[in-house]
Amino acid sequence: MITIINYGVGNLSALINMFEFIGYDARIADESSRILDASHLVLPGVGAFDAAMNRLRGSRLIPSLEQAVLEREIPLLGVCLGMQLLGRRSEEGLTKGLGWIAGDTVRMQPEPSFNLKVPFMGWAGVECSPSATLFDVGSEQRFYFTHSYQMRCDHQSNIAGIHQFGGPVVSAVQHKNIYGVQFHPEKSHRFGMRLLGHFIERSR
Amino acid sequence: MRPRIIPVLLLDSRKRLVKTRRFSEEVYIGDPFNVVRILNEKEVDEICVLDINASVEERRSDLGFIAELASECFMPLSYGGGIKSVADAAPIFAAGVEKVVLGRASSDSVTVRALADSYGSQAVAACIDCRRVDNHWRVAFDRGRTLTNTDPVTQAIAVEQAGAGEIILQNIDRDGAQNGYDAGLVSSVSEAVTVPVVALGGAGDLSHLAEGLRMGASAVASGSAFVFIGRLRAVLITYPSSQDVNELFKKSGAAS
Repeated sequence: MITIINYGVGNLSALINMFEFIGYDARIADESSRILDASHLVLPGVGAFDAAMNRLRGSRLIPSLEQAVLEREIPLLGVCLGMQLLGRRSEEGLTKGLGWIAGDTVRMQPEPSFNLKVPFMGWAGVECSPSATLFDVGSEQRFYFTHSYQMRCDHQSNIAGIHQFGGPVVSAVQHKNIYGVQFHPEKSHRFGMRLLGHFIERSR
Repeated sequence: MRPRIIPVLLLDSRKRLVKTRRFSEEVYIGDPFNVVRILNEKEVDEICVLDINASVEERRSDLGFIAELASECFMPLSYGGGIKSVADAAPIFAAGVEKVVLGRASSDSVTVRALADSYGSQAVAACIDCRRVDNHWRVAFDRGRTLTNTDPVTQAIAVEQAGAGEIILQNIDRDGAQNGYDAGLVSSVSEAVTVPVVALGGAGDLSHLAEGLRMGASAVASGSAFVFIGRLRAVLITYPSSQDVNELFKKSGAAS
């Protein structure tokens, strides 16, 4: 079953609601056994990097997550801060990330001439890479973002989509069975519904 | 990116949606669930729901109601009304709300900081209610009944420093007036802080929303503009299409 990882961070009910709305059962889990037998995993996240990472570590779920994602290759989708946790580290904090995606998270500092305010809270169009699994290449993609930090990837091949915020910003990452989106699909109307549907249908 | 346009829905003590003028004269708008469903279909950017009497009546939030409402929202939802502490806010976040809106509690820097540390700045909006008295803007609390000596710019800087990720700047004098935002108020506060400022109070139509962005607001909000139509204020829930917004903003130079 689709399993949303509960480590005390993130809007779990919004994800459950949207999966239900598009016809999938999803459950919230905070036990290793449930993570290991999931069909798909979702790693939500909001707030500060260190706080979230420390809670995830405190939940003692990381060993089973590593087993599920790296060995059993169960598809995982990191959402918002959940995507940033997939990287090695963040300028926002001192603790290490999961290190599954070769990338680091840095604070967004758009040039003053753009007159953009951080955090970026709002909708942006996403330009997806031709090989991006979770997007409909060629059709409109509009998602709700709320973030102050952005991920920078070592490899172009891991970037599944970008949006513009005073320059290109990574909006989605992809590496084997590991996916991440900086935006909130669960709060992005039909665009988010389609993306979550693709995650379920296309990621295995 | 495109600036957000945010319908603000006001709940009365019996959880009916109402719209006010200058914070009084409540007019019945409709059932919150119906209105949210309509706004879902119209693919609104975000909605803000405020329980306007919760603080004054010292009422606790109805968490079952909030959870049910949140489950209908496939767009970001912010919620305010009577939230005084992390303990008040925690179950509201758990119910599926993205962002809490603090009124009086936004003056309590310890609470704002604690909320920002736990949930992130992006989850904490400070609503600053303002009223013009003797040619000076002043911050008000308790549905406008308690007037302070603080000016909105000072208050905005204080809530930003405390950790609020967004400021909803509400002009009580123009509430329901539908004659546009106040340029001086919106621009002075927007210039003073680095977090997004949401202009609220005065918008009656799309052109007002574009004006608000030109004044410096990062996002524009309105109650009246999305619930009334025509001079006689007939109730009709509307929201501009994505295409209409893009065209309008392009024309007015408000989009980046």
